[in-house]
Amino acid sequence: MNAAMLRLRLRQALPSLAAPVVAVLLAAALCGVILAVSGHDPFSAYGEMFSFGTTEGSLLVAANKAVPLYLSAMAVAIGFKMGLFNIGVEGQYSVAIVVAAAAGAQVNLFPPLHVTFIIVVAMLSGAAWATIPAVLKVTRNVSEVISTIMMNAIAAGTVAFLVNRWRDTSETQLIKTKEIPESGWVGNIAQVSGAEKLSAFVLIAAGFGVVMWLVVTRTRFGYDLRMSGANPTAAAVSGVNPKAMTIKAMLISGAVAGTVGLPVLLSENIFHRYTQDFPTGLGFTGIAVALLGRNHPAGMAVAALLFGFLERAGQGLQLVDVPPEIVTIMQGVVLLTAVIAYGVAERIGEVQLQRATARELAAEREKLEGAESTDEQVPS
Amino acid sequence: MDSDQYNLVPEDQQAVILTSMLKQVDVAVQGAITDFDAGNKEGGVTSFDLEAGGVDYSTSGGYVERHRRRPGRSEGPDHLRRDRGSHHPRGLSAAGTERDRMNDDVGDASEHAPARPPVASPAPPAIRLTGITKRFPGVVANRDVNLTVAAGSIHALIGENGAGKSTLMKTLYGMHQPNEGTIEVDGEAMSFRSPSDAIAAGIGMVHQHFMLADQLTVAENIVLGAEQTEFGVLKRGAADAIIRDLGERHGLPLDPDRLVEELSVGERQRLEILKVLYRGARTLILDEPTAVLIPQEVTELFANLKALRDGGVTIVFISHKLDEVLEISDDITVMRAGTTVASVKPAEVDERDLGRLMVGSELPTPSSERHTPGTEVALEVDHVVLSADGGRRLLDDVSLKVHTGEIVGIAGVEGNGQQELIETLLGLRHPESGSMSLAGADLSHLSTRDRRDAGLGYVPTDRHREGLVLGEPLWSNVMLGHQGRRYRNGPWLRRSAARADTVEIIDRYDVRTPGVEVPALALSGGNQQKLIVGREMTAEPNLLIAAHPTRGVDVGAQAAIWEQLRQARSGGLAVLLISADLDELIGLSDRLLVIFRGAITASLDPADATPEDLGTYMAGRRQEAAA
Repeated sequence: MNAAMLRLRLRQALPSLAAPVVAVLLAAALCGVILAVSGHDPFSAYGEMFSFGTTEGSLLVAANKAVPLYLSAMAVAIGFKMGLFNIGVEGQYSVAIVVAAAAGAQVNLFPPLHVTFIIVVAMLSGAAWATIPAVLKVTRNVSEVISTIMMNAIAAGTVAFLVNRWRDTSETQLIKTKEIPESGWVGNIAQVSGAEKLSAFVLIAAGFGVVMWLVVTRTRFGYDLRMSGANPTAAAVSGVNPKAMTIKAMLISGAVAGTVGLPVLLSENIFHRYTQDFPTGLGFTGIAVALLGRNHPAGMAVAALLFGFLERAGQGLQLVDVPPEIVTIMQGVVLLTAVIAYGVAERIGEVQLQRATARELAAEREKLEGAESTDEQVPS
Repeated sequence: MDSDQYNLVPEDQQAVILTSMLKQVDVAVQGAITDFDAGNKEGGVTSFDLEAGGVDYSTSGGYVERHRRRPGRSEGPDHLRRDRGSHHPRGLSAAGTERDRMNDDVGDASEHAPARPPVASPAPPAIRLTGITKRFPGVVANRDVNLTVAAGSIHALIGENGAGKSTLMKTLYGMHQPNEGTIEVDGEAMSFRSPSDAIAAGIGMVHQHFMLADQLTVAENIVLGAEQTEFGVLKRGAADAIIRDLGERHGLPLDPDRLVEELSVGERQRLEILKVLYRGARTLILDEPTAVLIPQEVTELFANLKALRDGGVTIVFISHKLDEVLEISDDITVMRAGTTVASVKPAEVDERDLGRLMVGSELPTPSSERHTPGTEVALEVDHVVLSADGGRRLLDDVSLKVHTGEIVGIAGVEGNGQQELIETLLGLRHPESGSMSLAGADLSHLSTRDRRDAGLGYVPTDRHREGLVLGEPLWSNVMLGHQGRRYRNGPWLRRSAARADTVEIIDRYDVRTPGVEVPALALSGGNQQKLIVGREMTAEPNLLIAAHPTRGVDVGAQAAIWEQLRQARSGGLAVLLISADLDELIGLSDRLLVIFRGAITASLDPADATPEDLGTYMAGRRQEAAA
């Protein structure tokens, strides 16, 4: 039975593992058509992307780019698990990064402590920003989709205000915060050349992933969270307080969102301060990564690496005069094909489950009927 | 109104009269629709002008389909117009309100109809299914099924859960295609590729789980998906008139303007029936229609169904409640293990015979053996008052006690506070006064989680909504409701303990499943219910709230669940049993309470109470209050 069950589980899992691969291949094919239509040779473009993207340095850069995307996806996924759509990761991380940058520049601590301090400040700030939609949702039943989008807009203004307030007026006219002392920097674990490096933050992100997996699958809190997302009524009957759960999920999501900008701030950015050209849009890309990775810590890691790779490899396209924007198109198309592929995979899995269940039951029934007929012959 | 007319004519002519009467009304309504079209063009005059009906009865489309064809005045078949003209001189005038005209026309029809030639006497069967086989991957759900449903009859299809009733009805309703076999409707071979094909052939399905939009009105729900528009604008008036007419004609009155959320369960079902009639159904499939109804509503439904049948509608009635089947049906077909095993007449069989045919063995009944409850109070509810937002009392000064080793049954018409009582006990609703205690400990200020952890077990009213997370594996579902205590170790889940318990529940409660890892949705309803009952019993509660514990499960599983409850009671379990099944209430309970409008109005000894007594009592109360 156990071996049979394992086989069944594997067969069920197989389509959902194959789905993202199919999705990526399909997306590549579709983008190839787009390239061909726009007068470029898709094969040479993909060839260039591949040869440029798979150099050692490029791979490091791709992995490095994946780290903030992974954190962002995780923030989104925590919300998804309980049925909340936190579109506000964008605003949460942009507010958190300014606060963390300013706070980090104010202190001078023993290195690991300093980094921890900055991470904690960022998480608290992200959580604080997420509190507002959470409270609105619980008290006034305001959809978190609407309120977090609005909070993103408010965040943009707040960031401008805060940077101006905590502005470092020395040296240039550039609007920026003060530099974080070296004790607050996160080093690299691998480096090929000046820009081709992998931050140690990848380890922190991986740690976050493991913790998320443990919490979601192994703890009562994670169970409550998942059940609330899958069937709110049943969860409430089982003793989950839906309002408290909404607040908790939203705050945790916001806290993780707060860390999204840290890899850039503490290691990638050579200035180690918040500047006006700080990357934006990580929160939105994170939604895509979460969807592609099916909210699973491992799946999202793969998805984040894929997105990082595409971004890096896309830079190689300039060498063959193909606009690198094709990569953005590809990221979008992957998302669509992924949704379709997952849908198909789910159906296949369902049918297989149905078949397996029916087989088991039929076998059992035969056994039972056999037993019954022998029973009947025994006079009672 | 209808019953008065029955008396005007000899009994043997009634069917003929009614059929032609219905056609008259049909024509009148169609006339109204066409008139609305025409009238709008001609200057806004609307009336029920019978002359205007351009309806071709040789095809089977409903109002909607007919209307879509929008027959013009001159396109109507001549014989119909002449015919109608001669019987309804008043129909030629355009005076009078719609309503008056409707009633007049109906009256006319009954007086004049006997003079008309009878309508197609030796009718072919409404439905004939021959040799239907339906295979799903790895399983044969239907094997060589034969079913013949006579036109204008109520045909019951009975069988245990998983006997293949639903699969067969889905085949008939075009939700999937059979691998073998033929479908004939009115003697014509059909092949349905989708439910819309079935609807076009005049087959309508009333699902067990209502498919209604709560926020919309009755009329909006009925026309949803079959809206009649003019220049893209919804024609509300026309729909309302049709709905009122349909309702009146079939004895299914419903105010088109009421919001669905305000309707009772019985009224919702009526609405579902109207919905399919509106789409022109002449054969209704009702999937376990009584499962959600209380006795009085069942009586009402049966009266409605009989009126529909007498009006020429064919009804396929799916059920596993044998007494109901015997009461309502003209013919009974029994299914077992995917195939039809017998076709019988209700007069020739009794419940035991049917039960034997269904399960192949004797029918279980709740035994009425007496049992002496313990003296310890497990649950005490003391003067609990709960009010709705408007101040209406949902629970009106409710006081009750459940002792250890005692089953206290709550009988009552659904919607009289049962669900509110459960939710208050669970801590999902907060009463404004009164107190509750579980095994001596005050519950009033405890959260739901604390109450569950204190030993409050719950077999929910609606297992899909409250009791299961369908996508999760069985062992995960077994933790649901017990993740706070039994399956918790500090912050961690005791997953292996849950798996072990699940294996045991599957074994003890005979849950048919290939294993503990399959998602709950792979199980049939009866097996899901057994899993839930097993889960709640395994956790050894101080009090078990069992709400409709055997709703929708087959007789075998029902007997097993009853037996488990009885055994647990003998072992000292306190049970608060809420049920709509009076046999279950009387057979299991040590004490029976009747709830009415949120108040406990009676306490009975089940030994002296018969289902009839109790039903009459509950109905009596309601009538008294309504008067």
